[in-house]
Amino acid sequence: MNTIMQLQASDLATFAPELTLFIATVVLAVADLFLPASLRRTWIGVGSLLAVVVSATIVWLQLGQGDVTTLLQGSYVVDGMAGLFKLLVLTATALTLVMSMGAKRDALDTAHLGEYYTLYLPATIGAMMVASSRELITTFVALELLSITTVVLIGMRQSATRGKEAAYKALVLGGISAAFLLYGMSFLYGMTGTTSYEEMQRFFQTTPVDETQLIYVSFFLIIVGIGFKIAAVPFHAWTLDVYRGATIPVTAFLAVVSKLAGFMMLIRLAGDVLFPIDIVQVAIGTDVRIVLALLAVLSMIVAHTMALRQTNAMRLFALSGIANTGYLLIPLLSPSFHSEGLVIWVYYAYAYVLMNMGAFIALLLVRKPQQHTSDVSDFAGLYYRAPWTAVAVVLLVLSLAGIPLTAGFFGKLLILFGVMTTNMVGVAIVMVVTSVLSFYYYFRIIRQMFLRTTQPDIPLPRQTILTGTLWVCATASVLLGLFPSRLIAWITVASQWGAY
Amino acid sequence: MDMTTLVSWLIFSPLIGVFVVACMPATQGHMVRKIGIGSTFLPLIGSIVLFVLYHQAQPTSFAQHMEWIAFTLPAMALDTSWAIQEVVVRIPYHVDVNGISLAFVLLTTIVTCMAAWSAVHIQKRLKTFFILLLLLQVGMLGVFCARDLMLFFLFFELTLVPMFFLIGIYGFYDRERAANTFLVYNGFGSALLLIAFVWLMATAGAHVSEGVLQFSSDYATISSYFRTSEALVDGGELTHVAHPFLLSEGDRTALFLLLLLAFGIKLPIFPLHPWMLRVHGEAHPAVVMIHSGILLKMGAYGLIVFAYGWFPAEIHAWGTVLAVLGVINIVAGALMACVQQDIKQVLAYSSISHMGIVLLGLAAQNEIGVQGAVFQLVSHGFISALLFLIVGMLVSRAHTTDLRQCGGLAQSMPFLSAMWMVAGMASLGLPGLSGFVGEWLSFVGLFQTMPVLTVIGCSGMVWAAVYMLRVILRVTYGERRVGMPMYSDVRFVEAVPLTVLVSIIVLLGVYPNVLNDTTEAAIRLVVQPLWELHQGNEPVTVPPFIQGEG
Repeated sequence: MNTIMQLQASDLATFAPELTLFIATVVLAVADLFLPASLRRTWIGVGSLLAVVVSATIVWLQLGQGDVTTLLQGSYVVDGMAGLFKLLVLTATALTLVMSMGAKRDALDTAHLGEYYTLYLPATIGAMMVASSRELITTFVALELLSITTVVLIGMRQSATRGKEAAYKALVLGGISAAFLLYGMSFLYGMTGTTSYEEMQRFFQTTPVDETQLIYVSFFLIIVGIGFKIAAVPFHAWTLDVYRGATIPVTAFLAVVSKLAGFMMLIRLAGDVLFPIDIVQVAIGTDVRIVLALLAVLSMIVAHTMALRQTNAMRLFALSGIANTGYLLIPLLSPSFHSEGLVIWVYYAYAYVLMNMGAFIALLLVRKPQQHTSDVSDFAGLYYRAPWTAVAVVLLVLSLAGIPLTAGFFGKLLILFGVMTTNMVGVAIVMVVTSVLSFYYYFRIIRQMFLRTTQPDIPLPRQTILTGTLWVCATASVLLGLFPSRLIAWITVASQWGAY
Repeated sequence: MDMTTLVSWLIFSPLIGVFVVACMPATQGHMVRKIGIGSTFLPLIGSIVLFVLYHQAQPTSFAQHMEWIAFTLPAMALDTSWAIQEVVVRIPYHVDVNGISLAFVLLTTIVTCMAAWSAVHIQKRLKTFFILLLLLQVGMLGVFCARDLMLFFLFFELTLVPMFFLIGIYGFYDRERAANTFLVYNGFGSALLLIAFVWLMATAGAHVSEGVLQFSSDYATISSYFRTSEALVDGGELTHVAHPFLLSEGDRTALFLLLLLAFGIKLPIFPLHPWMLRVHGEAHPAVVMIHSGILLKMGAYGLIVFAYGWFPAEIHAWGTVLAVLGVINIVAGALMACVQQDIKQVLAYSSISHMGIVLLGLAAQNEIGVQGAVFQLVSHGFISALLFLIVGMLVSRAHTTDLRQCGGLAQSMPFLSAMWMVAGMASLGLPGLSGFVGEWLSFVGLFQTMPVLTVIGCSGMVWAAVYMLRVILRVTYGERRVGMPMYSDVRFVEAVPLTVLVSIIVLLGVYPNVLNDTTEAAIRLVVQPLWELHQGNEPVTVPPFIQGEG
């Protein structure tokens, strides 16, 4: 037992991405205290962005080397999947930071800008640790690091009481989710006597377990806990209120990073423990898949139907995010989870980051000052007010709706293709038919931009950073949709899953 | 001569116009209009060149086949006995023309050009109009030239977005609802199409050799699958597990019905039609020219190219159903058209009725029937474009299309009335005009297989005379409304597209071979599997699609 915590100095190189962010957090937090009040706190944001970029570069280099490193007796792994996920999270964080820096001051709605920019870093560290950890405690700590930091970010909003309400809801629901997770984990630990996924897998493969009900209980408790994190129906309701209450950049971070981190935990757990159990025990893995498929189908149907009459833009994107939870769940159900399932998942996740970040930037651009929440009608007359911005928003919305030539379409095509090769025609039909429903509400945004006017149509004030980032997201979505081959070739390292 | 890039140039030539128009200042309305109309001539010239080259003595290959999307996925968890190391997915860029697509390409370029010309009546957001129109044209040309399922789907969807805007921005009072209805119905159709295509790609597009499993969405690959004996006869002892890519009889029926439904929404087949009534009623007449003239034809084109070529057994089994659907379309459309008070609605129901004839031609399951269907499609494309061109001129003057409000226009507008008469006569199938040929061929084709339904269908056409004459006579020679001003007859600029379309209709009516010669060879290929089925021959057997396996 005394060998457990042997961390060598040389292993620090493996931790370098997380370590960079950690050091930056400390430095920036202290600097914020000592820097004169006259200095604009956007510089802290620049510092955070720099740290994110450095960290992303290191991850990139690690990915390029292509080796799998396992630390701390298999509880922390740096493999292809972890690297790709970390890049994803870092991209999302970078976009959130840029978005915050480009936004008008009152869109951030906080007096503590220094802390605001610094806090994104520990949240990102949490998400990155989820990607690498293959041990219950580490995973749990990482998830909590992420969720507690985001609760603070939500609550930093000062003028709207909704912000406090949202923070409170996020805190309570996060607590409930954590409770479910812990309860499920404790059963798992009780049965196997270990917290490491590796040993659990070995245990289930070698030891016949009499109490199969216990396995079911523990697995489904964990799935409920994760269901809250990824906002799958029926554990989705909190997102509607939290998204409406939080500021736009924080919502973007929640919708992308928090949600994907929940998925990443599911992927690690499912790949190592939940699915392989089929082999010796009763078909528990199959049952887990059925439950996940049910969550996916419910998410798609409920979210798309609820969104049909939704006019609040933040709630609309919350619902769109829930529907996307459904799409993201589907590739994980594939029997070839470790090979083509993960590749498809990573592709769609990248598309998801670009589309959603772009959409939230668009919301920031058209947002009316002194208004606490965004309405779809904020987009009214955008074509007259800023034609080129309107074109970029159209590209993003088309991507969200899954119209061809966009990353959103190609991602859905890949998911559909995966489904078809595994004969889950029912899921395919639900997916495709509900995505037609989504045309109706996504095109509501387009209708507002092109077919409505605000009298008079005042040109949109120039916001170079936001417009530029918007175009980056829109162009990237189109390029990924037009020429997906290269990205897919690159992300096949996702199937490089650290073996024991 | 190397002509492989000609088709691509043709498909994307409207983009040149898009860029030029986009760069012009919106204030220069007249210039925008000129350039906009001018840029529709580019694809028109391209298609004429293509037509001439196609009819040259020595056959020219227009096919362009390029790698577009190709990626390798890690091996999938298939049956372990297959020993598959990697999975390759290919979506090539493959465009080509055959006789059928050439006919539709010409229809597209001519009608789009005329629709652009008729945009003299559009006053607002002219720049946007031309940009959308030209983008729409890219989509339509692409649909008719694509030889790859995903490429076809992509262009098919590409028509959806510009059309949504064209309906929603220009048009009458309720245009936005029409645009929404259009979007939801057609979105639903596309969704079904996507399921069918991905299903086909994941089964018929699969090919295994040397441990590499390849999925391709290429039309030729999938066609060759359907020509193997394994695909056509049910697997017997080959179970679904051993051959994950075998389409059972049930699968094939499901696929056929998916395609029928997906393209049936576009066509439209009778109960799926409400969206097109709305579009006909609320969209701007210039947009309806495109919609009724070309977009509806994409549905039938899809049926011919995909359902006909690949599912002969299903066409055979469901032939009667198709014919009954066709008769319902003809009769219901005609009867509804008789009681409409709005000219646009009469024409909309008349379109439904005429698309019924297309279904009959397809149900005939012989060469002559399909030829009739294709002819009817092209001819109806020109006729309905002409009709809505005239409606547009009427709207710009009288600001109404209510039959009770319009009457006695022949006094003030003799030329327009004459054109209206010709269009109406062509629509009701007067011999010597193009409408007659398509109907005649379809009915002759169907008579060989289902005489009773043919008779019922024919009798439906009597009603065409009733509603068409009602509309024509009321508008031209009917009673003048009290206080109706004397409208000016068409200007020269308006007369040009009228004359062009009328000449084409007369040409096709008098000398139908100009179209039939073009389409003949392609239609024979399409009908061949059905013909073999009818002969009771075993289909041509090529080596099994799995090579290197026992």
